[in-house]
Amino acid sequence: MQTVKMVVTGPFSSGKTQFISTISEIDVVRTERKISSDAEKIKESTTVAMDFGRITVDSDLVLYLFGTPGQRRFDFMWEILSEGMLGFVVMVDSSRPETFREAKSILETFRAYAPTPYVVAANKQDHPEAWTPEDLRIALRLDPNVKLIPCVATSREKVKTVLLELLYSILAEMEA
Amino acid sequence: MPLKGNLRDFSTTQLLNLVSLARKTGTLTIEGPTEAARMAFREGKLIYAHVGNEDPSLAYVLHKTGKLTVDQARALRQRPEAANDKALGLLLINSGYVTQTEILQGIKQHVTDVAFRLFTWVEGIFNFEANTAPPPERITVPIELDNIIIEGSRRMREWEQLQEELPNLDLALKFTDKPDARLKNVNLNVEEWKVVSYINPKNTMRQIAKANTMSDLEIRRIVYGLLQAGLVEVVRPIGQPTGQLRKPPPTPEAKEKQRSLVGILINKVKSL
Repeated sequence: MQTVKMVVTGPFSSGKTQFISTISEIDVVRTERKISSDAEKIKESTTVAMDFGRITVDSDLVLYLFGTPGQRRFDFMWEILSEGMLGFVVMVDSSRPETFREAKSILETFRAYAPTPYVVAANKQDHPEAWTPEDLRIALRLDPNVKLIPCVATSREKVKTVLLELLYSILAEMEA
Repeated sequence: MPLKGNLRDFSTTQLLNLVSLARKTGTLTIEGPTEAARMAFREGKLIYAHVGNEDPSLAYVLHKTGKLTVDQARALRQRPEAANDKALGLLLINSGYVTQTEILQGIKQHVTDVAFRLFTWVEGIFNFEANTAPPPERITVPIELDNIIIEGSRRMREWEQLQEELPNLDLALKFTDKPDARLKNVNLNVEEWKVVSYINPKNTMRQIAKANTMSDLEIRRIVYGLLQAGLVEVVRPIGQPTGQLRKPPPTPEAKEKQRSLVGILINKVKSL
């Protein structure tokens, strides 16, 4: 049995756990704890170490999706998780500009860990205050050739699109 | 006359009991099969411990015990104060990074962890030199040995049981092919996740432990839990162990295989 790993990263509460839950064929194995910091109390619990989802391709191939913890104090897990990954998705909450700088920093950190292909998912595009992908690209200072995909992590089709774009990028790099 | 012997004949538990009851002051060194350890005592209390090639500096201890981030610890090691824990501790307190209590708690936790590791050593030449002190640049915190001996003995029993369950750490792990219903209720802690992230038929349990700086007891305890949860199974490792977890650069054939694999993944995701 061959296994392939992809990592879903991004700031706290950007939708990583939801993204994996939406596409995983198993109930996501997750480590969530109640939020202790008042500043981060925009949701009840957060991922402490990482989430883990799975897509079985056939009897010989399985794709694992690993979601990283969003809070910086658990960033020691990032390097461990990036080991051997095929590519990664950076989730950004399009409605919370205060997290954009953090998203950019996480993106740069993961690029330093492993020079694998990646895409940026502009999540929560259904939120009334969501920034458009075009504005988000400018805010994140993303190179024009970096894929920025509109996303709603609760939508299976949107999640599929993000994963497919990442896979196309991986394929393109292999063929380059 | 120094106290000398082998742990085969006089165990860590017995040694610490002796030091505690006789209220000894001095340094105990143990030369194990793969690494050496050093513990210092003052009037029967443990004040310092160090094992193997671990960095003994305060910056490392505070990082390991979660008081400093990797970057902070790395930056601190470059400073001139890093050579002396007392100077570094003062700098950290004055800069507001940590409190004195946090420093003392961190050192205490680190020293206690080292001591617990030594309980699982069954082989090793020991030597107790009376009236010798730990390196002067280190901060010492007196810790009562009673609780360490009780907890260490408990871990020793657990270690013996786990060794029976998982005798060979040179075997690898893989995720179970068909996730068990029990998986739905699995709730893992950070240490368990660290192990899970390395699970691959190419990585032996020993390699995973080394990559996560875990002792044999810790890796056995975690793997045993994962086995019981139905998350993993033990398999023979693929290929020869290399001692390294990183893969070599792919060959042209491997690249072609990867391309084909990505094509398969694309078709699968499209079909979801």
